[in-house]
Amino acid sequence: MIKEAKNQTIVFKNKPRIIGNYSIAGPKEGKGPFGEMFDYVMKDDFFGEKTYEKAERKMLEHAIFGATDKALLRPDNIDMLICGDLLNQIITSSYAARAFDVSYLGIFSACSAMALSIGIGASMVNAGYFKNVACATSSHFSTAERQFRFPLELGNQRPPTSQWTCTGSGCTVLSLGGQGPYIDSVTFGKAMDYGVCDVNNMGAAMAPAAMETMISVFKDTKTKPEDYDLILTGDLGKLGAEILLDLMEERGYKLGKNYCDCGQMIFYHDQNVLMGGSGCGCSATIFNSYVVERLKTGQLKKVLYIATGALLSTTACQQGESIPGIAHALVVKASPPFEERTVTKKEKQQFAENIKKQLKKYNVEGE
Amino acid sequence: MEYFLNYLYVFLIGGFVCMLGQILVIRTNMTTSRILVSFVLLGVILEATTAYDYIYGVAQAGISVPIVGFGASLAKGAISAVRTKGILGIFTGGLEATAGGIAAAVIFAFIFSLIFRAKTKKTG
Amino acid sequence: MNYKDRNKKYNEYVKQKIPKTRSWPTLFNAFWVGGVICMIGQGIGDGIRAIWPDLSGSMVSAYISIILIFIASLLTGIGVYDRIGAFAGAGSIVPITGFSNSITSPAMDYKNEGIIFGLCVKMFSIAGPVIVIGVLASAVVGLIYLFI
Repeated sequence: MIKEAKNQTIVFKNKPRIIGNYSIAGPKEGKGPFGEMFDYVMKDDFFGEKTYEKAERKMLEHAIFGATDKALLRPDNIDMLICGDLLNQIITSSYAARAFDVSYLGIFSACSAMALSIGIGASMVNAGYFKNVACATSSHFSTAERQFRFPLELGNQRPPTSQWTCTGSGCTVLSLGGQGPYIDSVTFGKAMDYGVCDVNNMGAAMAPAAMETMISVFKDTKTKPEDYDLILTGDLGKLGAEILLDLMEERGYKLGKNYCDCGQMIFYHDQNVLMGGSGCGCSATIFNSYVVERLKTGQLKKVLYIATGALLSTTACQQGESIPGIAHALVVKASPPFEERTVTKKEKQQFAENIKKQLKKYNVEGE
Repeated sequence: MEYFLNYLYVFLIGGFVCMLGQILVIRTNMTTSRILVSFVLLGVILEATTAYDYIYGVAQAGISVPIVGFGASLAKGAISAVRTKGILGIFTGGLEATAGGIAAAVIFAFIFSLIFRAKTKKTG
Repeated sequence: MNYKDRNKKYNEYVKQKIPKTRSWPTLFNAFWVGGVICMIGQGIGDGIRAIWPDLSGSMVSAYISIILIFIASLLTGIGVYDRIGAFAGAGSIVPITGFSNSITSPAMDYKNEGIIFGLCVKMFSIAGPVIVIGVLASAVVGLIYLFI
């Protein structure tokens, strides 16, 4: 059955639903405005592991486990796992996938991996090829910093336009049956390059891609910015969000109060993060905590989520290349029956401890 | 009083050199490597033009503690080695004079990196 | 559509959009932290001269460097130096302590990849250029002085 595909947008007729969502964040993110909403906040960045790479992997496994558990499934009930992260050869995803006995799709789309994985997953679920698909991403400040920037202990000042890679991981389980918010449409973006070469100014590199994707969403689905309860961009940061507002106004779209940027929101201003957060984990954690929970309770009805990514490579940048940006968009809609109550903090903690125990039992072969 | 003046000069000149570095950082977003390289080069040039000794006479540690001093001793080593050993001095002089600093950096870095592990940055 | 013009226009627009931070506070921090580090160096030098009065000037400077390198390396290890650096910027990069920090920090970071291929290989990933350029420049100076 071929769906209506207009330009870049796929509209799903079979309503792939979000039946499980889980978010885990680092200690710094836990102190931010969304700290209470995350399912689990790590006490330290190592998460009981020896290296940051292993900690990130454990985080991702934890998130996938948590989301499947919340969806009342067992890990073997998942039919496909779609993962992405920031590191070279997406090692976090690939190594985390070892722990699960399912088909695995590793994707790289920089910080926009969450929207891309959900987009691919929803397409597969909608087409009926797979029943339950888990889509997950993760990022870790220390691994990203080591790979893209400087050693952790180097005493340097971060340039004023730089962003803070979030430590966090989010997982969404999609399925045809069940209740909950559903993915209405997905728009796969184009790689846009406006010739920004500054590695420390990724917001400016990503903003044109976000604009392009946003405009195609509005055109393809014949909607206006006011039609959405919330328009959420991934991790443009403060500067990127301002640029996006200007770019959109230039094209004749005025983004109002319903526009927000995850990178801007995830930290308080006094947390010393300059332009805000970035990384897969930034939008993944907010999407899987705040957005999905609010959609479940019906406080938000229609959300446009645009995850943005800077397809940055240190090699290419050192050779003088500019940074291409990418953005993928999802339209997520709430559907009744709505949940009445939200989960308390204590319940979340118990749930997380339970997940940890399960993970220990389950994940033995990999190590 | 002489002591006090001495330290004042050290503070003022050392601080001034560092401030030059900070101006570079703000103006050009230079990375650590580039700052270090440019100040080493500055030191080499100062020594080659014999200006370094005049500054050192006033500033002492104020100019020798910044990496400028490292560059100056590289050049100084090369110059004096060339005078005593001829052509061989071009190759041996620079590193010979700074061997202590480089070896110390390597040795301490090795030891401390075995003992401690890197922690996530606290502030931006 | 001409991409070159578009990109140029966009980059100019971004440049004027970048928030202007006040540079005076950071300049002042760099100034006084750098000055204090130099004063500590001078203090170490005076101490050494007091203990061994017959040391030559270059040997005293070498001792000052080694002791400062030791302190900076230790501070990097216990995770203090990156905070000083975030506060002072070039004030803690330009002194010899910054050189020490730039050698110790990658070594610590890459220790997990093994002693040889991690720690030893990456040790000079930041400070390497300093030694390369320094040696080259000193060789050039030596060559010049050979002829005059």
